[in-house]
Amino acid sequence: MDIYFIIEKLILISAILGVSLLIAMYTTLAERKFAGFFQDRVGPNRAGPWGILQPLADGVKLFTKEEIIPTNAGTFLFVLGPSLSMFTACITSAVIPWGPDLTLFGKTVALQVADINVGILYIFGVVSLGVYGIMIGGWASNNKFSLLGAIRAASQNISYELAMGLSIIALLMVTGTLSLREISIQQEGWHWNVLYQPIGFLIFLICSFAETNRTPFDLPECETELVGGHHTEYSSMKLGFYLFAEYINVFVSSAVLATLYFGGYNFPGMHLISNPNVVAILGVAALFIKILLFIFFFIWIRWTIPRFRYDQLMKLGWNILIPLSIINIVVTGLVIILKQ
Amino acid sequence: MDSLSNRKKVIEHKKMNFWERMYLPAIFQGLGITMSHFFRKKATIFYPEVEREFSENFRGLHSLKRDENGAERCTACGLCALSCPAEAITMTAAEREKGEENLYREEKYAAVYEINMLRCIFCGFCEEACPKEAIYLDGNIAKADYSRDTFIYGKDKLLEPIVK
Repeated sequence: MDIYFIIEKLILISAILGVSLLIAMYTTLAERKFAGFFQDRVGPNRAGPWGILQPLADGVKLFTKEEIIPTNAGTFLFVLGPSLSMFTACITSAVIPWGPDLTLFGKTVALQVADINVGILYIFGVVSLGVYGIMIGGWASNNKFSLLGAIRAASQNISYELAMGLSIIALLMVTGTLSLREISIQQEGWHWNVLYQPIGFLIFLICSFAETNRTPFDLPECETELVGGHHTEYSSMKLGFYLFAEYINVFVSSAVLATLYFGGYNFPGMHLISNPNVVAILGVAALFIKILLFIFFFIWIRWTIPRFRYDQLMKLGWNILIPLSIINIVVTGLVIILKQ
Repeated sequence: MDSLSNRKKVIEHKKMNFWERMYLPAIFQGLGITMSHFFRKKATIFYPEVEREFSENFRGLHSLKRDENGAERCTACGLCALSCPAEAITMTAAEREKGEENLYREEKYAAVYEINMLRCIFCGFCEEACPKEAIYLDGNIAKADYSRDTFIYGKDKLLEPIVK
């Protein structure tokens, strides 16, 4: 392994981390701004022009706040919870192909940290790890509200991961590969998977709302019943980590949705441009436009649909989404066989 | 018994049909509603830069008035303090010396006149009670501050500036 490879990957990793943190930062502002717009208000507009410095102010505030660890909380696990949440949120983006290959100084640079052939399984595994952050944090808080929030998070993630996995299986039957790069390449020229798998996309979308703990599935931090759910006892930047991890998850989920179903970095008229570097840059831009649209959709849903009741959540997961995704698999299989 | 208003509605608990149970049409409808609000004109008034107009009989901060020659009208009779239901007004009377006729209208004046703006309920009884037309609630709202004692407004804040 040569030194250039390591340098290249290090630069790519830091760029991706920086971009995902930046986007997560500004998603917090966008969330508050758009919440205002949806409710006929203007949202935060005092810090800087149109409030663009608000995330910085929030960050400084969270960093300088008093840090409280409850006396009866398990200190190690209490600190581990938010760290794990943040860690898993940050490493999910490793397998996402951000664009076609770039040619720099006679070398091909892949705009993807790791092109592993089980990319989807990797994302799946890391996302399932994400719930441990919430569970450990809620449990170590030694508080019944936090514990309830943690239990809800665990059961919700288990229920929705099943449907998510089943909807992915139908997608795999169409694409025939687990590598996200190959899935992206296959979708070139309007062969977007959402056109072949509309039901699968819908199930995957609903499940990614559940996996990121966003409304209408934000039962783990249900304010009305559970104070703050799993982060009731958290203060200062540990709370900030939980909130921030949620926004990074929203970003990564949007990226996964765009890559799996909406053509990834492909854009209309891609084959008309001959220079591969221009294609790569435009591809990255196209992917980011898709991601930002999905983030907007996440926010839009949050300010439209109220939270589910717990039994409705379970009913939707087990009685509707899982049978629906199994039917989707069967129908997909039939169509594939009939086409052969 | 018959309803008087004729507006009574009997709630129907009919079962939802398949279309309604899918929820998705209703969700898209809701998304449409929120989106229509997204571009609507906002009702916000950007307060420190833009101030809302008060009505003519709005009772704001008090001001102690002067007469046409610029002399203070208040004679420290104490009727405003007496009428004040919140006991926000206090004053110390003093006698006018020779040569101060251009400063004070009557022989007696208020050397100290203080209103606690945190106690004041802006009822306007003081201006009704005043026999000398010396106090009016024609000002704005009290400015926010960090400590309570800054809300005790003395003559320096209440007294009307001299119009030349």
